Amino acid sequence: MVEFFLNTVKPHFNFWVYVILMMVGLWSLIAKNNLIKKMMGLAIFQTAIILFYVSLGVKDGATIPVLEHYGDYAEKAEPAGPDASKPASKPAPNPASMPAPAASNPADAFANPVPHVLMLTAIVVGVATLGVALALCEMIFKEFDTLEEDELLRKIKALHDDA
Amino acid sequence: MNPKIFASIAVVITGLVLLYGVSDFPTFGDPRSPANSGVEGGAPSTSLYYINESYSATKVPNLVTSVLADYRSYDTMFETVVVFAAGMAIFAILRCVGKDDGAVVAPQRKSSIDGDHNRIIVGMTCRLAVPVVQIFALYVIAHGHYSPGGGFQGGVMLGASFILIALAGNLEDALSRLSERSYMALAALGILIYAGFGVLPQVLGKNFLDYGALQKILLTDGPEMARSHSMLGVEIGVALTVMSIMFAIFANLSSRGTLKGGL
Repeated sequence: MVEFFLNTVKPHFNFWVYVILMMVGLWSLIAKNNLIKKMMGLAIFQTAIILFYVSLGVKDGATIPVLEHYGDYAEKAEPAGPDASKPASKPAPNPASMPAPAASNPADAFANPVPHVLMLTAIVVGVATLGVALALCEMIFKEFDTLEEDELLRKIKALHDDA
Repeated sequence: MNPKIFASIAVVITGLVLLYGVSDFPTFGDPRSPANSGVEGGAPSTSLYYINESYSATKVPNLVTSVLADYRSYDTMFETVVVFAAGMAIFAILRCVGKDDGAVVAPQRKSSIDGDHNRIIVGMTCRLAVPVVQIFALYVIAHGHYSPGGGFQGGVMLGASFILIALAGNLEDALSRLSERSYMALAALGILIYAGFGVLPQVLGKNFLDYGALQKILLTDGPEMARSHSMLGVEIGVALTVMSIMFAIFANLSSRGTLKGGL
């Protein structure tokens, strides 16, 4: 059991967390009867996806993708260009501003900015769409006096039978 | 059978399949993973290009801001439009303008933060805290080039400061500082500013959102600084829209679209 955790779970623990959170969200989306609880499940699901993306951009020993003192760094470092993926021949020149001085590639000192960009907008748009969902719930409650799904279906069916 | 049992079976199967796939993923924090440095023998990852090249092209040290507002600005523009559209959808769904159609309005809470002696501690604390929150939000917007921050974060903070007024006092207090007419106008103005920064380069004969062409208007030395300054303008537009829509969502949801009473 301990070996399973050390060898299988620990190197991928971010993915395990994301899968478990996603299962929680998916379960409440399917099994819960109340519309507000379903939306909570949707929010948990969304958080799981955001965690997944952000954890993809993590590099060991790297700092946030803000290039402080980049001016000195860019002038003294090797010209990057097309062979940026190959290890630079000399280490980063200014260890004080480089958190990972032993990094073989200068870019390894900074976390991957792309997942951050994608998730930044996704969070705000998620809040806005959650607001729309809550507004719809409020109108449903005003019309039917309930947010339980089975009662809603019964009342809608009764409306159709009357008509 | 109980639907919860079906749900549990479906969720467990999904989770097991995902966990099976996860065992082939790169380890956590690996700088050589495909997302961080590209496939071996293939093209390097885009993120390497951003880390190595974007500073010399835009003079913005915060890579997230430069990627968000320049390289992916077309995407960000429409994300802002999505936020705006969500605000308009809430307006269309909830807002009842004109005569009251029998909606149950919560009784107006007599708890203004302006000159109500029964709420002097809450009122004073709120009135002291809100300017600090708003100045910090402006700092986050304006300093988003050099430190973590930007239009989305600062806009949400500005919206939260108005929501704080509405929570500490009542909705009327917040609406007397940011009326419905103004927040609707500000939300549209934010989109207009963003789209304006897109159309201006077109007028000057370059592509949509090609900020480098604004060098002649912004009087900067070189297209790089023009990109940097245009990003600030774009972030201000984003912040205006996000602030207005966040407050609009709160005001409409808490008062069932009547903008009276409320929480």
